[in-house]
This record gives sequence, structure tokens and C-alpha cells, in this order.
Amino acid sequence: MLVLEGVRVVQGEFTLEADLSLAAGARVAVIGPSGAGKSTLLDVIAGFYAPQAGRVRWEGRDLTALAPQDRPVSMLFQDGNLFPHLSVARNLSLALRPDGGRLDAAQRRALERALARVGLQGMEDRRPGQLSGGQQARAALARVLLQDRPVMLLDEPFAALGPALKAEMLTLVGEVAESLGALVLMVSHEPQDARVFAGHCVLVAEGRAAPPVETGALFADPPPALKAYLG
Amino acid sequence: MAARAVALGAALLLAALTAGPLAAVLLRAGGLGTLGAPEWAALRFTVWQALLSAGFSVALAVPVARALARRRFAGRGALIALLGAPFILPVIVAVLGLIAVFGQNGVVSRALAVLGGPRIDIYGLHGVVLAHVFFNLPLATRLLLQGWLAIPAERYRLAASLGLSPWAVIRTLDWPLVRRIAPGAFAVIFTICLTSFAVALTLGGGPRATTVELAIYQSVRFEFDLGRAALLSLIQLAVALAAGLVALRLSGGQGFGTGLDRVVPRWDGRSFGARVVDGVAITAAALFLLTPLGMVVARGLPGLALMGAGTWEAAGHSLVVALGSTALCLAWALPLATKRGELFALAAIALSPLVLGTGLFLILRPFVNPFSMALPVTGVVNALMALPFALRILRPEAEAVRRDYARLSATLGLTGLAWLQLVLLPRLRRPLGFAAGLTAALSMGDLGVIALFADPDRATLPLQVYRLMGSYQMEAAAGAALLLLALSLGLFWIFDRGGRADAGA
Repeated sequence: MLVLEGVRVVQGEFTLEADLSLAAGARVAVIGPSGAGKSTLLDVIAGFYAPQAGRVRWEGRDLTALAPQDRPVSMLFQDGNLFPHLSVARNLSLALRPDGGRLDAAQRRALERALARVGLQGMEDRRPGQLSGGQQARAALARVLLQDRPVMLLDEPFAALGPALKAEMLTLVGEVAESLGALVLMVSHEPQDARVFAGHCVLVAEGRAAPPVETGALFADPPPALKAYLG
Repeated sequence: MAARAVALGAALLLAALTAGPLAAVLLRAGGLGTLGAPEWAALRFTVWQALLSAGFSVALAVPVARALARRRFAGRGALIALLGAPFILPVIVAVLGLIAVFGQNGVVSRALAVLGGPRIDIYGLHGVVLAHVFFNLPLATRLLLQGWLAIPAERYRLAASLGLSPWAVIRTLDWPLVRRIAPGAFAVIFTICLTSFAVALTLGGGPRATTVELAIYQSVRFEFDLGRAALLSLIQLAVALAAGLVALRLSGGQGFGTGLDRVVPRWDGRSFGARVVDGVAITAAALFLLTPLGMVVARGLPGLALMGAGTWEAAGHSLVVALGSTALCLAWALPLATKRGELFALAAIALSPLVLGTGLFLILRPFVNPFSMALPVTGVVNALMALPFALRILRPEAEAVRRDYARLSATLGLTGLAWLQLVLLPRLRRPLGFAAGLTAALSMGDLGVIALFADPDRATLPLQVYRLMGSYQMEAAAGAALLLLALSLGLFWIFDRGGRADAGA
């Protein structure tokens, strides 16, 4: 269970409050108008932003004071998920050896399995620049698979992909999350993504991240803030 | 946290190495009460030659930059690239080339003799100014050219469609630009010339042409009057700091502008007269810059055979010093590649190398024979002097790398060493190569503190050239100068090239 307890972020005019809990292994879409604080919510969970008040807990453990790398969290950003000057294998190996050291045989096999899992077998030695956008997203996902953390945060990593490719990636994310048993939090601008991918939605609007609501029910009877957003 | 500690350590070392010598100088100088006639004369000459040098450099740069901005011709790109070369050209090499052209037995004198005119003499105020213009005309031209190329092509199109006369184009477009850029360029060049040492050492001298820097050197070397040297250092510090602050205010963030070889389409200056004016400006500038270098090569080739063991030994010393100060400068620059670090290092540049050298001399003297420390001290001071340039090159790129990859590295939990080895250094390869090339070339060609500290056994190559000139072995000096030129440009090329090769994605 991921719990945000009285979290409060204040940046000048901008405020965001969150008081909610998310079940382990759930798939949750974070939706709402741009600038409402969807990314900020993810930053608070990942440890990139220290809230002015409140706590973040995972399975009872207080994460609030922990650095990003010490949290049980992996994250995919909008861009820059791979180091462009390192090969795919080197990029992925950093998930297992953050000190940059060589992998042992078992780790090496895990890396190959992860690559095969996302359909990139044989691409170990390519640089990200030699991959298509979809392949880069797959490589980043393979890295998340290797990181093997119980919470996955997706900050619109597939925004630049076309609709078909994006649907494909969402399916793959679902499979990866299932094999890890991970809770997925995905920021999205597309209500369609939320319907397809997520069982629950967190609506971020008007300075507040609302507790998760079952996706079908939410869209069947949208609250005023969501109605205004959907237009 | 470890990175922060390293940055703090680098900053503290920088502070200690600048404030320490400064404190030594201040303590030794003991107040400003004893300014005599020679000190005033040196101060007057310093300011006067810097004013003339900056004035001529900027004034002559205006027609050259305007011509380069509005003309296309074969070799334009090469000429613009050449304008960046004086930065890494050893001063002593240029001086030797200028003597070969403008000296008593130079090309110009001989041509005048054929016509029955007088021989000209390069030593003195006009020689110092000439050399400063040689080095700073290209800088002023680059700064102005940058401004001219930044004027949108639409302005010139509008001027053309309005049918503005050439004079009206100058008044509405060109003159406002010159008024905007020229003061900053003037102030920067004025500051550079205030602290220039090697030019004054080789072409100045005597009571009528001694700069403050040169007077510091003479006090230490010939009179061993350390109190006077300290007092002069204090004067130099005050003048250079004041001028530096003015220059910083006037110039704004001008860097190593790239993209200067593009051409903004222009519709003006198509008349015959304008073409002649531009042609003369470009030809004269190219001749002025290229002839001395050509003479160094022409005279140096036969001189190469005359090089003795002393010259080869000096070349070895110079290489070691250059590589050492490059390593030191980069090791210093990496942790300081932040906005705060750059400002901090800029404060260090206001200290002239001679002031710094005098301070180090005063500090070292009670413990060791300072002359025996000539090469290490030179290496450290050279690293310090190149630091602001290295930071100007590295800082924007280092900040971009941190901005782009800090979050990814944090989620992965990369260790500090892995970040340095796998992310920061590979991503900074190009600017690191460029910065290393500049530092190595600057250090290779530097004739500053080494002159203050040197003993007969420990010369660097520039000092060796100077000594050969001083003993009138001009051929051997030319050979050594050619070697120095080749080594400086070679070091720059190798490092810069190394940064570009296999840069990957």
C-alpha cells in the first residue's frame, strides 16, 4: 500500500494537496488539466520534490526523508530515459550495478532475458540513437524490469509515440508490471489511455489530488472538475 | 555530498592560491606611501599604451568586420578561423614575426631603403602598440562581426526596399551596432593590454617604455627589491581590477562565438567604391596577420638546424609544464563548472600572473630557493590563468548534462564515480578536448612567471627563444620559435581533435 498522508506542496501561487492510498499491484492513471500538478505528484513519490508537509509511506515504511535511489520506486520520464552515448546493454546494466561495474554471469543472463521480454534481443550493442522511438521506449522499459521495484512511475514516457505504438507499449507496461507485481502510476493526457490501461484514476485538479476512483465509474459520472477538463 | 566536498575543496584551493600570494604582496608592500617618479612613469606608460592599443584595435576592426560581414569570397571561412588563432599563438612567436616584418632589418625597412626612405625601429611605445594591435585586432573583429551577423537579414532587406543611401544604411544600422559593441570590446582589450607582459618585455623597456608588469619583473630580477615589487604589484592589482570590473559591465557575456562563418544576405555595398573599401580592409588585415607568421616559418626553417641541446631541453620542460597545467586546470574546472564557480574564477583572472608570481616568490623564499621551483610554479600559475577560459567553455555544457541526466541518475542510484566515468566525462568530451587544447597551447606559449623565476638550467621554450633573441642569435631564435609554434598549435589540435573523434550519439 502506497500512502500519501496530508501531503502539501506550495510553490508560490501553486498548491497541491494529497491524502490518498493506492493498493500494491494496482494500475492507476493520473489525469487532470495541465499545470494542475500531475508530474509534481509523481516527483513527490519518487523523491525529487520534498513536500512542505505530510508523509509518503510504502507498506508502512516512511519514505519522506529518503533520497530517490533509496525508494522502492522506478521511473520513466518524458524523455532522457537512456544515456545516449552508452550502448543499450551498458544502459541496462546500470540498473543492476549503479557503480558502473561489470555484470556477473547471472546478471548478464537477467539482462538478456529483460531485452528478450521487450522484444529487443540482439540489440545490446546499439546506441539509443540507432533505435527507433518505440525501441527506445522498450529499452527503457527493460531497464525498469531489471530495476525490479514495487512502484513504477510513468511521467508520459510514450507521449511522442503514435497511437498504435502507444497502445502496444501500454500493453507491454501492463505485462511488465504484472510480472513484477508492481503498482503503476501513469500520468496521461488521454482519457482513452486511462480507460484501456488503468483500473483506477487519480484526478488532479484545483489544487488537490483526489483519492483513486474506479475508472469506469469516474467517466460514467464525472465530477465537475473532470467535466470541465474533458470539455 | 561527495561532489559538493570536492567542489568546495577546489574552490578553497583556488582561494588559497590567489589570496595567499596577494596577502604576501600586501604585507610586504606595507602601504602606498612611497610612490616615486619611476612608479608613476610606469603607471602612465601602462595606461597610455593600453588606451592606444585598444583604440587602434577597435577602430581598425570596424572596416574589417563590416567587410567580412557583407562580402562572400573564397577563403572567407579560413580568414575568420584565422581570427581565432592569436588566442593560442605564443606571444614571443608573434613578436619575432613582427620584428621580421617591421624591425630595423625587416621587410618594411628594406623596402623603404630601396625607395630611399629611413629604416624604422620597432622598439618602444609604437612597437608595443603594434604587437597589441596584432593580437587584439582579431578579437575586436570577431566581437564586431558577431554583432553584425546578429542583425536580422530583414533589416537590410527593408533598407534595400526603401532605397536607403549607403550613408543612411550606416547611420541607421551599422553605426548603432558599433556604438553598442565597441565600448565593451575597447574595455576588454584595454584590460588585456594593461596586464600584458611578454610584449612589453620584448619590445618595450627603458625608462620611457616600461609597464608596471615589466617594472615588477625588473625589481625582482635585477634589483632584487621585493618591497618595490610588492608595491608595484599593488598598483597593478588596483588598475587591473578597476579596468576588469568596467570591462565586465560593458561587455556582457561574450564567449567563443561560433557560427561566425555564416553569411547574412545583404543588398547594400554593391557600388564600386564600397567594394574597393572592403577589399582593401580585408587584404590589409590578412597581410598584417599572415605576413609575420609567414616570416616566422620562412626564417625558422633554416634555424631549425641551429637548435642546440638547450632548446630541446627547454622544449621538453615546456611540454611537461603544458601537460601538467592542462591536467590541473581540468581537474580544477570540472568541480567548479557552475555559475558560482565561474564567477569565483573570474575574480582570479584580475590578478596578473606577475603579481601572483611575486606573491608566490615571497611565500616560497623563506623555505626553498624560489628559482628552483620555476617549473612547478609556472605550471600552477598557467593552470590558474587558463581556468576562466576553461570554465567559460565547460560550464554551459556541464550544466546541461546535470540538467538532462540528474534525475535518471538519481532513480538508478548511480555512484559518484560511475556518474563521473559513465556520464559526465563522456558527455563533456568535446568541450573538454577544446578546453584542454586551449589550456595546453596557452601554457606552452606563456612567457610570464617563468621569466620571474627562471634560473639558467630551467628554461621553458618561450624563455629560450627570448634568451636567444637577447644574445642576438636571431636564426636560432627563429628556429626555436618555429618549434614553439608547431608545438602550441599541435597540442591544441591533438586535444581538440581527441574531443571530437568518435563522439558517438
